Amino acid sequence: MDKLMTDLKGQIVERLNLQHIKPEDIGDDQPLFVEGLGLDSIDALELIVLMQQQYNIKLNNAEDGPKVFRSVRTMADYIKSQHAG
Amino acid sequence: MKTFIRATGNISPQKTFGPSVLLQDVVVQNGNRLRCTEPDYLKFIDAKAIRRMSRIIKMGTAAAMECLREAAIQNPDAIVMGTAYGCLEDTGIFLKKMVEQKEEMLTPTAFIQSTHNTIGAQIALLIQCHNYNNTFVHRGFSFESALLDAMMLLEENAATTVLAGAADEITDASHAILSRFGLYKKEIANNADLYSIQTKGTIAGEGSAFFLLSNQPAEKDYATLDALYTFYRPADTKQIEQQIANFLERQSVAAADIDVVITGRNGDTKGDIIYNEIITTLFKNNRTANYKHLCGEYPTSTAFALWLAASVIKESKLPATLGANSPQKIKKILIYNHYENIHHSLMLVSAC
Amino acid sequence: MYSKSAAVYVAGIGVVSAIGNNTASCLQALENSEAGIGPVTSLDTIHKNIIPVAEVKLSNEEIAEATGLSAAISRTALLGMMAAKEAWLDAGISNALHLRTGFVSANSVGGMDRTELFFPSFLKDKNSGRLKNVVNHECGAVTELVAGGLGIKNFVTTISTACSSSANSIFFGARLIKHNILDVVVAGGADALTKFTLNGFNTLQILDKEFCQPFDENRRGLNLGEGAGYVVLVSERIAATIKDQLYCTLSGYSNANDAHHQTASSPDGAGSYAAMKGALALSGLHTKDISYINLHGTGTFNNDISEGTAIQRLFEPHYPKMSSTKAFTGHTLGASGGIEAVFSSLAIKHNIIYPNLRLQTPMTALPFVPERAFQKNVAVNHVLSNSFGFGGNCSSLIFSKL
Repeated sequence: MDKLMTDLKGQIVERLNLQHIKPEDIGDDQPLFVEGLGLDSIDALELIVLMQQQYNIKLNNAEDGPKVFRSVRTMADYIKSQHAG
Repeated sequence: MKTFIRATGNISPQKTFGPSVLLQDVVVQNGNRLRCTEPDYLKFIDAKAIRRMSRIIKMGTAAAMECLREAAIQNPDAIVMGTAYGCLEDTGIFLKKMVEQKEEMLTPTAFIQSTHNTIGAQIALLIQCHNYNNTFVHRGFSFESALLDAMMLLEENAATTVLAGAADEITDASHAILSRFGLYKKEIANNADLYSIQTKGTIAGEGSAFFLLSNQPAEKDYATLDALYTFYRPADTKQIEQQIANFLERQSVAAADIDVVITGRNGDTKGDIIYNEIITTLFKNNRTANYKHLCGEYPTSTAFALWLAASVIKESKLPATLGANSPQKIKKILIYNHYENIHHSLMLVSAC
Repeated sequence: MYSKSAAVYVAGIGVVSAIGNNTASCLQALENSEAGIGPVTSLDTIHKNIIPVAEVKLSNEEIAEATGLSAAISRTALLGMMAAKEAWLDAGISNALHLRTGFVSANSVGGMDRTELFFPSFLKDKNSGRLKNVVNHECGAVTELVAGGLGIKNFVTTISTACSSSANSIFFGARLIKHNILDVVVAGGADALTKFTLNGFNTLQILDKEFCQPFDENRRGLNLGEGAGYVVLVSERIAATIKDQLYCTLSGYSNANDAHHQTASSPDGAGSYAAMKGALALSGLHTKDISYINLHGTGTFNNDISEGTAIQRLFEPHYPKMSSTKAFTGHTLGASGGIEAVFSSLAIKHNIIYPNLRLQTPMTALPFVPERAFQKNVAVNHVLSNSFGFGGNCSSLIFSKL
């Protein structure tokens, strides 16, 4: 789980070109959108594609977006839940 | 109504950005492609905003921010700019991904950054400017059209201050393609040799220059932009000379009144014919200076030329790097340039 | 010598869109509620049977034959020539090329339809790919192909501000006349469908997989379209010589920036509000004077609520009739301002109101409902046409009866 979150942080920084932030500076539970990291709707679209490309996961329901992408931990949880079983 | 050039910001292959001695030395770069000398963008643009900016957007934004800083203005009444190629890097990235990934798993960032108005829009977003905002994209007239729009706004009193500028970049892809069109010299050691080699082609350039224009004078104004004129696809050299002569007549300016003629000579034998002609006819008694060895050739290079003219008038003399024995008290400069013999422009710049 | 009060007249109009290849057939389609949306036929794309678009029902060869330009050039130039030529002939100013005549055009991606044919080969090998496919890549190069076709050399330029492009080119043309720089200006814009824009918009997830429903509570997004629309603007002096041919005046215009986000509009429609208000101020009209608003109305969740909110703030409580014709033509990007300027001019000339097609459930957040039926014999005295684009570029034009 920790490795997954570490990987995700690196991918987020790289994909979203967050030049001023180091992956390790992103808190596991830090809000990604609006407050916290301050990401926006374009970033959300980038992350959806990131999920698909890196983890082969498509968001079942677009409305789940805000929940799934709330923090690095919620993203990791979602990935694990989609891969389990 | 006069158009005052109150401030400038210029990112170019020379050390032109920020307060500095005007062209103290010439940056020499090898080959036929000049790259901009870029500042540390984080000093001008918030880190959160910068991540969504490709190189040309950063160049344009930083040049604009520097200009606004110098003018001590936070929110101009209008932002108008010109770019012939737009945001090439992001256009190329999106196209590449589209092809390589066969239209699957594409992401929006490169696409939204590729639209031509992105630079002007990002500037507005950064400074929260809700005023008039326009972008011209017409090849060798892109900057001139933006200037015309700015001058019209000032004349209409629809604006008192206008941030007007231009930006164009070279990418590896665009350089490769334009090379195939034969635009650039196949053999040239460096930009210092540009005018001494009489062969086909020129050198590639890029840059972004912005100006704060106003219809009200201010203490530290550089100069006034007295007149701007463009003409398109003239039939021959005779017609070009006629256009230039008519332009001067309309401004009630004689060749003798002009202290320096800045020409767009670019080292291409065919393209330089007209410059060779006018320095023996219309301007046979005038001091001339060239600028494209400094910034290279690109459709919006006249923005660099205007920056140069305004800066020279501000100092009232030519820097030594543009020739020895500068005329004393330079008060009037004419810029004449053409882009590929298609887009011709004239600008008259005077001391305030 | 600028004259603020100088009138600028619309003396000619030309249009080609998914609903018709010229003004008359577009008008007929508008009257008969015949939209031009359907499956992709012209592009080789994986989205072919998934994303509906609004294509012009003419091949490049057919347009080339009609216009005299080559079929091997960008479709954007071909569409542009088709509409600009119609406008030019419609104005019928016989000595136009001896007057101070200009061409101010607009497009969003220039000759991209040809560039994307070049790119795959170029990516594999920098020395491959046919150069003739990129020679007119630039926005300005496309404009020059059309200017060449019309014979206009005196003044030529191109504007690109995303979806507000051709609205901006029209009012730039008007200002050139008011500044006594030009007497006649052919102004508007063109855009062809390209894989680049289709995929680009798809990544933003604002495309409707069904036929779009602008200003509907359950709208899903926009349908991309293609086309071109031009007007011929003339000064008062020229207008006096061709009185019978005039459609209306361009009495107001304004350009403002939302400065909210790169692609999304602000919730309260700040940029839209400023643009509409500015156009009204210039025209000297009150909100009550507006007979009809041709909405930008793309059908995206964001635009319609933003534009709607701005209209509410500005017009409350007297709302004019309004509709989005993008339900007919799709969103034609750089051409939309021009196409809708033509529709606005026709609305004034013929006293008609266009329907907002496929409006089933009005938006609950708004206190007004766009018109759902085509109407004749309505006193259409002043039309406000909105064009709001990416980058927060918002422009509004006002056309007025003679």
